[in-house]
Amino acid sequence: MTSFLQEQKRPTAQRSFHWQRGVERTLIYVGLAIGAVLVGAPFVYMFTGSFKLNADIFSYPLTFIPRHPTLDNYVRLFNGSEIPYLRQFANSLFVAISQTLLTLFVASTVGWGFAKYEFAGKRVLFLILLATLTFPFQLVLVPLFLMMVSIRWLDTYWAIIIPGAISAFGCFFMRQSMLAAPDDLVDAARIDGASDWGIFWRIGLPLARGALSVLAVLVFLGSWNDYLWPLVVLRTAEMFTYPVGLATLVGLYKVEYGMILAGAFLATLPILVIFIAGRNMLLDNLTIGAIKG
Amino acid sequence: MAKWRRRITPYLFISPFFIGYTIFFLYPVLRAIYLSLFQQVGIGSEPKFVGLNNYFNLLTDSTFLKALLNTTYYAAGSIFLIAPLALVLALVLTTRNLYGREFFRLFFFSPNITAGVVVGIIFTLVFSAEYGLLNNYILKPFGLPAIRWLQDPAWVMPAIIILGIWRFTGINALYFMSGLQNIPAEIREAASIDGANRWQVFRFVTLPLLRPITVFVLTFAIIGSYNLFAEPSILVGVQGGPNNAGLFMTMYLYLNGFRFMKFSYAATIGVALAVIVLLLTLIQLRLLGVFRED
Repeated sequence: MTSFLQEQKRPTAQRSFHWQRGVERTLIYVGLAIGAVLVGAPFVYMFTGSFKLNADIFSYPLTFIPRHPTLDNYVRLFNGSEIPYLRQFANSLFVAISQTLLTLFVASTVGWGFAKYEFAGKRVLFLILLATLTFPFQLVLVPLFLMMVSIRWLDTYWAIIIPGAISAFGCFFMRQSMLAAPDDLVDAARIDGASDWGIFWRIGLPLARGALSVLAVLVFLGSWNDYLWPLVVLRTAEMFTYPVGLATLVGLYKVEYGMILAGAFLATLPILVIFIAGRNMLLDNLTIGAIKG
Repeated sequence: MAKWRRRITPYLFISPFFIGYTIFFLYPVLRAIYLSLFQQVGIGSEPKFVGLNNYFNLLTDSTFLKALLNTTYYAAGSIFLIAPLALVLALVLTTRNLYGREFFRLFFFSPNITAGVVVGIIFTLVFSAEYGLLNNYILKPFGLPAIRWLQDPAWVMPAIIILGIWRFTGINALYFMSGLQNIPAEIREAASIDGANRWQVFRFVTLPLLRPITVFVLTFAIIGSYNLFAEPSILVGVQGGPNNAGLFMTMYLYLNGFRFMKFSYAATIGVALAVIVLLLTLIQLRLLGVFRED
């Protein structure tokens, strides 16, 4: 269609058209390359900085390549000379994995209930679920903290995992995808004598595998990167998740920047793995909210 | 018996959310509103009923107003810098036969899934006055003087907006790209056959059709500025740096609640923040025509 139109144009116009296109293409690639360098440089600087002596991070001229490459930052991070980093890293892993599994369980049962059953009050209850999506977490920050104090969950992982598993977004997300499960299949299973739980477990869940893995990635990333709530409820260095631990290192030892960068880089590795393994699924699904909105 | 079981089943399925919702959301929300009508400092102290006094205090609290102003400053930066940049990036990334499209899409998005604390740590080195990347690698080659980004109150907010550009342009470009993909190519082609030049096609066809996505991106950018916490508190400290120049709403809430132990005042800030966010959401829904009856 376009090529046909171009053929209709006079040769001179076509030539200048091509020339213009060429310049434009070049500009686009140059722009993208500059953008990529600006986005990538801070990451690279973090990575190479983790192999620098502190004195080299804060000296002229700045270099991306370490002048005196050293593993000292990592060694001292691992033997816990300033913060119990390995423990904090493991805490983050435990909290994020538990929260992900529990969220998947809650979201898929609730999603199935809303997608495949008719019951009194369904509309109202679903609207309540949707309305919850619009409330900012800060609204409940103080009262939720006071609750954690009174049920003695302060400085425990429960304080993060359990409230974190109640995800209105997750329930909504699973409901949307479980709507697609064919009713014929559900009815057939019911006639064959399958229980409601059996139908959910053997038909609903397997059919929603794709949505479950997307939700798992989103919840894991959110939990792994979270700072505010863990900062509020965790009190001792042994219980900290890594963002809280690194933040204490920033606050106390500005000079220990090599170590801070090493910790920051290691904490980014799991994200990198997930990102590369699940890139297509991630990119296709992150915009779900926007399209629905 | 069987019939009763049949009727209770759906409620059992949805119960995990609503039990958790009641304990960890509904009750805390009511408690927040209740707290905001009292004065309580520290755990175990006797709360005193003060009516709407906390709200009046908020309106005359210069630090709170400063936090509100900073948040608005950042939101303006998001609207006028991050969103347009994201749109340009989306247009560039949707040009036909672009080589490396997938790579760029992924790469520009990567800052978004990096932890806020890690981003704050990296950008402390980007903005360092003497040993920072920005001053040494970008300003210096152009002969520009070094800027004390994190020490000079006037430059703290521009610095945080630069961080915001780095962190949020990619994800917003993804949103715009999904919007652009939903515009049928025929509509744009038809306009250009009718003699519209490329700017006119963009201005009178693409942009109006992108309206829902634009509304979404802008509202989320504004709401996002009320949620900003980790990055600024690592960059300038949770107190907000020189002259509170980097103090955001959530940081002020945190300070009051967990440093000064003014629970009722912090709860009041939380309620105020929620009201603002809810209003923004309602405006968004209205602009999208959700309330229109048809």
